[in-house]
Amino acid sequence: MSVRIGVTLFPGSNRDIDALNALEIAGAEPVVLWHERADLDGVAGVLVPGGFAYGDYLRAGVIARFSPIMRSVAAFAGNGGPVLGICNGFQVLTEAHLLPGALLRNRGLRFVSRQVAIAPERLDTAFTHLVGERRPLRMPVAHGEGAYFADDAELDELERTGGVLFRYVDPDTGERAGGEGDRANPNGSARAIAGVINAAGNVAGLMPHPETAVEAVLGSDDGLGIIRSFVESAAARSHGGAPAVVGAR
Amino acid sequence: MTEADAVHLRFAVNVRPKDGILDPQGRAVEGSLGHLGIDGVSSVRVGRRVELTVTAADEDAARVVVERLAAELLSNPLIESYDIEALGGSSSLVGEPA
Repeated sequence: MSVRIGVTLFPGSNRDIDALNALEIAGAEPVVLWHERADLDGVAGVLVPGGFAYGDYLRAGVIARFSPIMRSVAAFAGNGGPVLGICNGFQVLTEAHLLPGALLRNRGLRFVSRQVAIAPERLDTAFTHLVGERRPLRMPVAHGEGAYFADDAELDELERTGGVLFRYVDPDTGERAGGEGDRANPNGSARAIAGVINAAGNVAGLMPHPETAVEAVLGSDDGLGIIRSFVESAAARSHGGAPAVVGAR
Repeated sequence: MTEADAVHLRFAVNVRPKDGILDPQGRAVEGSLGHLGIDGVSSVRVGRRVELTVTAADEDAARVVVERLAAELLSNPLIESYDIEALGGSSSLVGEPA
């Protein structure tokens, strides 16, 4: 009894195939959700994949926000449906105000495409409860606009309420990455934030790519725990049972 | 609103990074000035200018449309500020079918 998970597809999406593959490995039945349709096809969860939706024109993610499919995704999220945004998908979710903050141009100005290390701040969420003990988690980043930003008051609030889901860490020591100039923080994100979760606990986003780190033969399967957590949470919710974890704080 | 009543007004929306937001593009431009042999230039900020024509019943109605566009689409209020400039009657409709 596998659970249907939708992967949104915009003109310019390019990690959709990786997302479909990862969801399948995690035991889900993935389906493509075309951007011009408003129908979610009865999916139990939505993954907004990486890429350059609508060419990243104006600002990364903003034009996708107004597409028919994203209006439906916003309504789905509003009803507690689990939504995971990866890379460009994270940018789309912040532009849609489903997640706090914004992603700015990388502080070093360069597009960064390499392996990074991250660690979850919380293991009691719909996106991390199956992550296990392995630290740090190694997976790639590939983006030009991934510097997480919010003002200090909002960052304090995020920290206080458990809104920080992942941080960049030193791949050797596992310690929290520093600011701009520390290679462990690939884009100069504020407080080394790599991913966040909303207050209700059902929407999360991150810049690194767990969906391309799901097979050890390809270098890392450290991302699989995140994808599996998401899939199992969606399955638990759609089967009417109690959620796998209590996401609300 | 009939076609005869409508006004066609041209606006510019100037979007720029908010004060205090690091602007890596501005910094890169500033960093290149030395190569041009220019000094004495600082605090470079790179923004974006969007020009558009609004067809509406009157200028007030047109401004409402531009305000909404600027706030919801053209800028991200978290990181950017904007101002709206009226450019007067439109010339962009010249040549379009009546």
